[in-house]
Amino acid sequence: MLIENESGALSRVSGLFSARGYNIHALTVAPTEDESLSRLTLVTIGTAHQIEQIVKHLNRLIDVVKVIDLTEGPHIERELMLVKLSATGEFREEFVRLTDIFRGTIVDVTATTYTVQMIGETQKLDAYIAAIDPALILETVRSGAMGIMRGEKCLQI
Amino acid sequence: MELTGAQILIHFLEDEGVEHIWGYPGGAALPIYDALDTDAKELKHILVRHEQAAVHAADGYARSTGKPGVVLVTSGPGATNTVTGIATAHMDSTPLIVITGQVATDMIGLDAFQEVDTVGITRPIVKHNFLVKDVNDLAMTLKKAFYIATTGRPGPVVIDIPKDVQNATSTYEYPQEVELRSYLPVVKGHTGQIKKAVEMMLSAERPIFYTGGGVIMGEGSEELVKLVKSLGYPITQTLMGLGAFPADDKQNIGMLGMHGTYEANLAMHHCDVLIAIGSRFDDRVTGNIAKFCPTAKIIHVDIDPASISKNVVVDIPIVGPVQQVVQEMNTQLAKLNKKPDAVALQAWWSQIDEWRNVDCLKYDTTGSKIKPQAAVQAVWEVTKGDAYVTADVGQHQMFAAQYYTFNKPRRWINSGGLGTMGFGLPAAMGVQMAYPDATVLCITGEGSIQMNIQELSTCMQYGLPIKVVCLNNGFLGMVRQWQEFFYDRRYSMSYMDSLPNFVKLAEAYGHVGVRIDDPKTMKKQLEEAFALKDRFVFIDIITDQQENVYPMIPAGAGQNEMILV
Ligand SMILES: Cc1ncc(C[n+]2csc(CCOP(=O)(O)OP(=O)(O)O)c2C)c(N)n1
Ligand SMILES: [Mg+2]
Repeated sequence: MLIENESGALSRVSGLFSARGYNIHALTVAPTEDESLSRLTLVTIGTAHQIEQIVKHLNRLIDVVKVIDLTEGPHIERELMLVKLSATGEFREEFVRLTDIFRGTIVDVTATTYTVQMIGETQKLDAYIAAIDPALILETVRSGAMGIMRGEKCLQI
Repeated sequence: MELTGAQILIHFLEDEGVEHIWGYPGGAALPIYDALDTDAKELKHILVRHEQAAVHAADGYARSTGKPGVVLVTSGPGATNTVTGIATAHMDSTPLIVITGQVATDMIGLDAFQEVDTVGITRPIVKHNFLVKDVNDLAMTLKKAFYIATTGRPGPVVIDIPKDVQNATSTYEYPQEVELRSYLPVVKGHTGQIKKAVEMMLSAERPIFYTGGGVIMGEGSEELVKLVKSLGYPITQTLMGLGAFPADDKQNIGMLGMHGTYEANLAMHHCDVLIAIGSRFDDRVTGNIAKFCPTAKIIHVDIDPASISKNVVVDIPIVGPVQQVVQEMNTQLAKLNKKPDAVALQAWWSQIDEWRNVDCLKYDTTGSKIKPQAAVQAVWEVTKGDAYVTADVGQHQMFAAQYYTFNKPRRWINSGGLGTMGFGLPAAMGVQMAYPDATVLCITGEGSIQMNIQELSTCMQYGLPIKVVCLNNGFLGMVRQWQEFFYDRRYSMSYMDSLPNFVKLAEAYGHVGVRIDDPKTMKKQLEEAFALKDRFVFIDIITDQQENVYPMIPAGAGQNEMILV
């Protein structure tokens, strides 16, 4: 969605979700090239009826300029993840191979750790994490999904 | 014109045509209060005795006139005291402007004296709110606030103005126009949908109109009456919708919902086409959603798309202003030149009349105690059914709704959505201010009235000749009723002990007090009290402590599962 780039706009959106008992699975927001607007992608889970209600309630917020449900049509979804792994002994080789398979990049290296950057759909990032012994994952940070419509359609005002 | 922020506010309110402002001063609002003294010409400020009352009063003004009510308070406790009032207005969609003082911008966030995050606290209970950080934005922000509050589905808007912004100067010019790219209220219902709705209405065999507060807020009463009359269908109204269609008309089958009439709830349950207009399928109306109108196709007209299919999924949604949509229905109907199925309608009416004959609102009139129902009816007779009536919350509110028949819109003013005890008296002040010559009365309980009793003082200062009708049953009656029905008569904390002598209390404030405890003298005493046209009279009516509100649909039951007596 596009929201006014004003203090408070984000809390109106998040407040709506908590007040009405909807769940925010992921949320990412940043200003756009038009300074007065922020672009926000929010992932939530619900029935078609719930999603319809959520969209209607979002539209009711004065600071929300435009909302679309990306899952209604073909779209691209991407998330960025940074993972710090404990990488010693055999795992130094193993993690290079695994990261390669997932088309990730090792962006920082120490004697005992790797930091991996990975971009993709949420499920792909989940799969990468699932492939690693949890004891070796030191830290993860994920952006939450961002989305855009395929083809010529745009979210514009 | 170069003015301070505080002066801009006062000039703007006058240019916007605001007549009254309800408020209470304090540190962070002092520049505004000073500008009120130096700059206000027509604008009249009414000093309440508690900020909650200021909001309810502005709300009562708004509900009775359709114009926005305006409130002015200071920061911190002044602002937090308005919260209940704002939430009350929000739940019932009334247009309010609440102006709050705030600590200076360079103090915000430092836990300064009387600082609270007003915008944060009120965010979930307003239509929108603003913190004005730059005096140059003030006039436009005010214009936006009035625009948002009064258009679309109306609601309260809070404007938080830091003290330094009140003191800073800017050139002022009244903004004639306002545009908001993210706020475009619907001004017209979809013609195709309206056409479908009209056809569905005409095809009905057991139709019913179910209308709510939206008809009153949206000034749709006249068109609605025309539509309902031309079709000859039954109509039931919600607690918030009373008065939009004349209660004494035969087609009106009374209020629906938890304490609605037998005939209204059964007609809802058995209807085949439900025409919902400006109503929102509240749980106090629908009862158990799973059992709601099992055989009905539903048409729903509402200004707010988010209200449609929220609780009950409807067949024909129409988003638009009630007045315009219903007017278009009337036009289309006239063009079609088709009549409803007369035979089916006849059968439907005989069924409804059978339910009506149960006479669900009858009550025992033989005892020596005053029945609250009889008190309301007597008040109705004495005021010739032509008063503005506000209510608090409880049994008395339901008795007022059931027994004071409302024939005109904007005459019945109560807190339906939030159910705020303490609403009635301040709301009556707002109504009386709007209509100085009208009979304005507040039907209340001995519990509720004590929640804003301090306003007796405001009524004295401004000479408001309100009549308070206190149905004094010595109990938090509605609570007692639920405890009797659902908690094995364990009357936990519902007895009102140590009640004041309301007559003396009224007299202490300089008003007239009357106590009525005999059914035989009630009418005469009421007549005497209401004859005191220019006095505030507190009428304390001692009523039967054990009386309950009937019929009743217990929470979670279906509309056809009413308790009758
Ligand atoms: C501010 C607030 N607190 C509590 C309640 C819960 N409540 C609803 S009705 C009621 C009793 C009201 O008593 P009274 O004013 O004497 O009216 P009665 O029911 O006896 O007519 C209470 C406590 C409420 N509605 N509002
Ligand atoms: Mg009581």
